Amino acid sequence: MPKCKYDWPEAGQRKLIGKPISRLDGPVKSSGQAKYTYDVNRPGMLFGKIVACPHAHAKIKSIDTAEAEKLPGVKVHLVQKVGTEIHWAGDEVVYVAAPTEELAKDAVAKVKVEYDVLPHLVHDEDLSKISDRGKPTAEQKSGDPDAAFKDPDAVISEGFYGTPIITHCCLEAHGQVTEWADAQSLKVWASTQNVSGLPSAIGEAIGVPATNIEIFSPYMGGGFGSKFGPDRWGIECAKFSKEVGKPIKMMLERDLELMMAGSRPSHYAKVRVAAKKDGTITAWESESWSTGGPAGGGKPPIPYVLNIPNQVTRHTSVSTNTGPARAWRAPNHPQSAVLTMCALDDLADKLQMDPIEFFHKNAGLAGERGEIYRQELLKAQELSDWKKLWHPRGDKTPGHVKRGLGVSMHTWGGRGHNSNCNVTINPDSSVEAALGSQDLGTGTRTVIAITAAETFGLPIEAITVKIGDSKYPASGASGGSTTVGGVSASTRRGTIDALEQLFAAVAPSLGAQPDQLEAVGGKIQVKAAASKSLTWKQACAKLGVKPIQVTGKNPGPCELGSSGVGGVEVADVSVDTETGLVKINKIVCVQDCGLILDMKTAESQCYGAMIMGITYSLFEEKIMDATTGRMVNPNMEFYKLAGIGDIGELVVHMMTGPGYDERGVIGLGEPPVISPGAAILNAVANAIGVRVPTIPITPDKVLAALEKGGVA
Amino acid sequence: MSRKKDKLRKPSAEAFSRRDFLRGAGVAVSGGLMVGEQAAAAPPEGTTQVFGPGAVPITLKINGKPHKLNVEPRVTLLDALRNHLDTTGAKKVCDRATCGSCTVILNGSPVYACAVLVIEAQGKEIQTIESLTVGGKLHPISAAFVEHDAQQCGFCTPGFVMAVKAFLDKNPNPTLRDVEKGLGGNLCRCGTYVGVRQAVLEAAKAMKGGKAHA
Repeated sequence: MPKCKYDWPEAGQRKLIGKPISRLDGPVKSSGQAKYTYDVNRPGMLFGKIVACPHAHAKIKSIDTAEAEKLPGVKVHLVQKVGTEIHWAGDEVVYVAAPTEELAKDAVAKVKVEYDVLPHLVHDEDLSKISDRGKPTAEQKSGDPDAAFKDPDAVISEGFYGTPIITHCCLEAHGQVTEWADAQSLKVWASTQNVSGLPSAIGEAIGVPATNIEIFSPYMGGGFGSKFGPDRWGIECAKFSKEVGKPIKMMLERDLELMMAGSRPSHYAKVRVAAKKDGTITAWESESWSTGGPAGGGKPPIPYVLNIPNQVTRHTSVSTNTGPARAWRAPNHPQSAVLTMCALDDLADKLQMDPIEFFHKNAGLAGERGEIYRQELLKAQELSDWKKLWHPRGDKTPGHVKRGLGVSMHTWGGRGHNSNCNVTINPDSSVEAALGSQDLGTGTRTVIAITAAETFGLPIEAITVKIGDSKYPASGASGGSTTVGGVSASTRRGTIDALEQLFAAVAPSLGAQPDQLEAVGGKIQVKAAASKSLTWKQACAKLGVKPIQVTGKNPGPCELGSSGVGGVEVADVSVDTETGLVKINKIVCVQDCGLILDMKTAESQCYGAMIMGITYSLFEEKIMDATTGRMVNPNMEFYKLAGIGDIGELVVHMMTGPGYDERGVIGLGEPPVISPGAAILNAVANAIGVRVPTIPITPDKVLAALEKGGVA
Repeated sequence: MSRKKDKLRKPSAEAFSRRDFLRGAGVAVSGGLMVGEQAAAAPPEGTTQVFGPGAVPITLKINGKPHKLNVEPRVTLLDALRNHLDTTGAKKVCDRATCGSCTVILNGSPVYACAVLVIEAQGKEIQTIESLTVGGKLHPISAAFVEHDAQQCGFCTPGFVMAVKAFLDKNPNPTLRDVEKGLGGNLCRCGTYVGVRQAVLEAAKAMKGGKAHA
């Protein structure tokens, strides 16, 4: 028996939870019927386009829109004033809007802006070349690293590791359609991760009460952390729409999407690590730096996962003109995994230890989850055929294609966010769960329906899930793997309370007390005498004309979720030492995340994260030109994403069952995307016998590393 | 405990398959446009007909039905579908023939609609994702995408489904290797390729089983 009335059902009682269930919005998406923000066409709508600054650092000298305004139907809205200092190429200066997209492009070309160009910095890989743009933060020290490094028995490894800036590259660009229903009421179709948060954010900026603003985002084409705020384009287009008295659709062009709608900060570090000869890690020292654009870059959480007893860390935040940073799936963690797990892999090599044994031995440094990591390491070892395929550094077999294996570990929080769910049971038997949430493609709709259907003993199709509209009860933004824990908990509490009311309404006709009833298999029945039952439809009919309506909340009574997960990934790669190309043979992901609601979409999160990880490990970089300060690859032929033939075999193993399910629901969006960079870098080092220090692992870097040594 | 193994894919020593294709870039032309043999109203032999730069009347045959519209000759098929005909299944993502999200089928072949001028699509059979669902029944490819969770945010999905349709029409018995080669022109950011591989192979079987329609 559950100890607390909202608790998740015990394993043997679960009808839907944990099963592989197809996502609810699959059919509308795969048939092209799902309408995204980019697909919204409103009567009289104008197409908005951006006049962007071509310089990385400049002051606006003059703006002349006269020629543009001569074009038929073209409207202009100034975003920046003369005299404003611009800090990245792509920043918006003027908006134009026109009845056709083509005319809007013509108008952009006719706006003349003059600039005083100022000095810029767009590279930070070499800390000695950042001039006065660095801001050191205070050194942090624990234990006695000096003594640990001086220990004559210590084995010490030193190295340089790093990750450059990459972008989000959401397939649906950032943007929105703004439309004033009347002088006081604004409708916004927005591609957003934050349906409930946008009315206040926009309202405050434009001086309109949040209650007069409605946000629609039934489907959205990817966010990955870059779509939390209304953005300047959301706020300014609301004003622009009002000025011209027409709806305006403004979606970023692909070049601006990549130049300024979000980047993942770089992280570089020189690392020194020490261990005893038996492999016990004793000390860590790092000198790290990073940039996330003009605001600099924060200190990464290193050493990552393992809390090394004697450590000293120093960090420098570097301000560059590379465009502003945004949260990128598991902020700072993939970078920290590279800095930590690659340094430790090099140490294992120096110790002549198998890295899985090395991490297994030191897993206790991960604290209370150490034992889980040990289990995950062993499972990953098994699923990757590690014992058969792993070899000491440098594949000694003949031929120019070398094979290698590498491992990494990761962690994340993932506690459920604040959420409200309005549950309605109608007398006609229909059931609705409404939340001001959003489905980024993670399966949010589906887990809400699973939760409600499980409580009510109904098939999943019986639940109507309403999300993607700010008129529904407020639910948190979808970021940091917080959504599944939040929406499932508010839905569980709301549906349990609603069911209690239904039991109270039907108990007399079943000749029982409400607490003697249960909802199973589409029926309300007496627990001790299942033959005494009503169908769900008959039961709802007892409500007369009054629906049951309850709001479930998170947080709330009974702990339905928790925080903190771990995972291990192993990469198996082949490297062509003649061309420098890296090919993924296989990646194994072993992941825990508490109680899994939908096994199918949970595994999809892992597969997707591994593929995104392959992409940033092998292909992605926001390549900046030192002379002009511009991004040279703001398009999808040179900002490369992995294709269907680039990913190899992917294996996902979810740690579930006793020992895991009791932790309740924990988010999964971030964790599996963290380890691929480090695992693939380590696999390449294992294959070719020499370290490629940074991602992406492009052929030129592989060949440069091989110049210094290794197997070739 | 659950363990789902992606059995389809085994490591192999086959050639490296890094996506390396580059397609033509710019498609927007701001002046008048010369169209040769592909213009609907064929000019006298040896001459070239000039359209635009203003809007010109054209007729498109989309999913078997004629549509008349007035567009500038520089308008792409993708923008004509989305902005002029409110047919928004094909998505605008890269807008320069790289990602495949705008894939439609033109006279039986898959094309990037962002890289086809709409006036060149006159007189041709244009098939979009909207044609695949008949009477509310999902096409076997769309159904396989659902079953194998070959979609997350779903923004690349309509283009992928159309590319798969054109691919299977020409390769009814594909191997996994064929799938990886034949569908390399469609990119996904969420990382749905494991599901897509399974969906394509399953859809191929389903369509041979007589479940296919148009």
